[in-house]
Amino acid sequence: MKFTFNNDTKKGWRLLSIPFIFSLLLLAAPLTMMFLLSFWTQDYLTLDKTFTFKNYIEAATQPVYKLLFTRSLIISLTATFFTVLLAFPMAYFISFHGGERKALWLFLITIPFWTSYLIRMFLWKVILGYNGVLNSFLIWLEMITEPLTFLLYNANAVVLALTHGWAPFAILPIFVSLEKIDRSLLEASTDLGDSAIDQFFRIILPLSAPGVIGAALIIFIPTVGDYITPKLVGGTDGLMIANMIQVQFSKANNAPLAAALSVSSLMIVSFISIVFVLFNRKYLRRY
Amino acid sequence: MINQVEVKNVYKNFGDVKAVDGVSLEISQGQFFSLLGPSGCGKTTLLRLIAGFEMPNSGDILIDNKSMDGIAPNLRPTNMVFQNYAIFPHLNVAENVAYGLRKKRLSKDEKLEMINKSLELVGLSGLNNRSSNALSGGQKQRVALARALILKPKVLLLDEPLSALDKKLREQMQSELRHLQRVVGITFILVTHDQEEALTMSDKVAVMFDGKVEQIASPRELYERPSSKRVASFIGTMNFIDAIGSKSGEKIKVENRILGKFELPQNQVSGNHVNNKLTLGIRPELISINPRKSKSADFIEGEIEEISYLGETTYYKIICGKDIEPLNVLTQNSFGQMNYKVGEKVKLNIDKDNIVGFSG
Repeated sequence: MKFTFNNDTKKGWRLLSIPFIFSLLLLAAPLTMMFLLSFWTQDYLTLDKTFTFKNYIEAATQPVYKLLFTRSLIISLTATFFTVLLAFPMAYFISFHGGERKALWLFLITIPFWTSYLIRMFLWKVILGYNGVLNSFLIWLEMITEPLTFLLYNANAVVLALTHGWAPFAILPIFVSLEKIDRSLLEASTDLGDSAIDQFFRIILPLSAPGVIGAALIIFIPTVGDYITPKLVGGTDGLMIANMIQVQFSKANNAPLAAALSVSSLMIVSFISIVFVLFNRKYLRRY
Repeated sequence: MINQVEVKNVYKNFGDVKAVDGVSLEISQGQFFSLLGPSGCGKTTLLRLIAGFEMPNSGDILIDNKSMDGIAPNLRPTNMVFQNYAIFPHLNVAENVAYGLRKKRLSKDEKLEMINKSLELVGLSGLNNRSSNALSGGQKQRVALARALILKPKVLLLDEPLSALDKKLREQMQSELRHLQRVVGITFILVTHDQEEALTMSDKVAVMFDGKVEQIASPRELYERPSSKRVASFIGTMNFIDAIGSKSGEKIKVENRILGKFELPQNQVSGNHVNNKLTLGIRPELISINPRKSKSADFIEGEIEEISYLGETTYYKIICGKDIEPLNVLTQNSFGQMNYKVGEKVKLNIDKDNIVGFSG
């Protein structure tokens, strides 16, 4: 096949070149290096550059990694589930009952972003801690005499903090997909005999599926690799794979193993994401 | 005839806007009824009040003598064809058509038979599994019809169903809809701003202006005997000429400088009090140009100002004097007929028996 470049194509390439080089340098290059690194081995202070699957074998066989992978997925999927579940009614409310104040509601939803993610996560320590807000409040109410210790430093605390932290990311795509639903479809479904509940399950939910799947992916992908939240509120029970990767890169001084763990977790996340998309292809394809 | 739908003194306001301002009308069973009016006249609101999407501020709507007050749209014996068709994009043709059947306890075979029957009715046989996104505008229209008719509603409501179609298809759908209505025998209520559409399809037409019904009549009556100047000018073209009128027994004596003196039957003059001022309405086709058998002195001199050739007909604008508006004249074209030119002097003859008058 012969390619001919007309002026528009050239212009397009020129426009594209800067972001392309940018992503090549900052995304493709590091990923490639990471990928290469995962097939090498750390020999105390030197890097043994002979090609080997040793790191992957270790990642797959050592029980600790398996535990961390599973836990990361469970925490992340649970957080995703709850975030989407809680975000849906909010998005629904804004879209269907926001009236003329839709813009204000959306603005209010972005307010948490005015505070850094790190600080928001740290504040969960203040809320859930031994002498934290929640315990003090319960003691003041005389509902408990001793502070509760199961609140913080476990997987539940991580799920709670993640659900809070990522809520806006779920509300917005769901809101957009709800906004896109032609309101005359709702009238048509009522006209054809649907009650409000029928209508929700037969029209609103299927038509907002693209937004729901989008929201789920937006939350699931980054939270699997989150390392600040488990570090701050997860204790030992709540540690996730990213914490191990960080340890391997720094304290354990085993960058190749860390790279192999990273690549593995990348693969797992990609696989699950593809399953997500394929599972809902029926809905996504229609738009 | 039995009244299927009865609208009793219905008012509906949106804020300060009186969308429906005291409307009463009766629609008999099996009738093709149209609500005709310019945009913003309240015709769609009235349709939505019948469907139950809006609730009246006061007044009542009865279907089969049952008050619809407080009854939700999903529980009313009406179904609607929406202006943009509102075809469910995530469902295929058969699923769309069967949408309302879910609650009726039917076996799969019964359902399939009903779907096939109603698709056949609208001329979409065999398209059961077609994705709704792959449908043309006309096909969507038919799916919307099949989806509503499959439920056998007592009243089918159509909200400007043909406005999104191109002219040719629109005309085809007009006759198909009319035919369909006769076949199924369901009462149809059509909302339209297109007077031609209302006239060709309906048994009866209600003309609405500013939330009020101005006239309810058969298409023929509406065209030939409009009850007001507004109706007359909204439906078709009408020449208006000021005249002086006075009552004399059963007739109305009319006097005009150009038309001379003549009499009109009482039923051709509307308005409550006939004093002096009268506006005469003359349809363009009642005027003939240079008639062969003209009744001697009974013609008007005029000069052609404008000619629009429309294929089977030709429109002329003819000046007949400084103090009256140019007259619109419509003639049927036939081959080998005289061609007039702009500026040509012509003689006009007016069929006075069918002139209508508006007073008050």
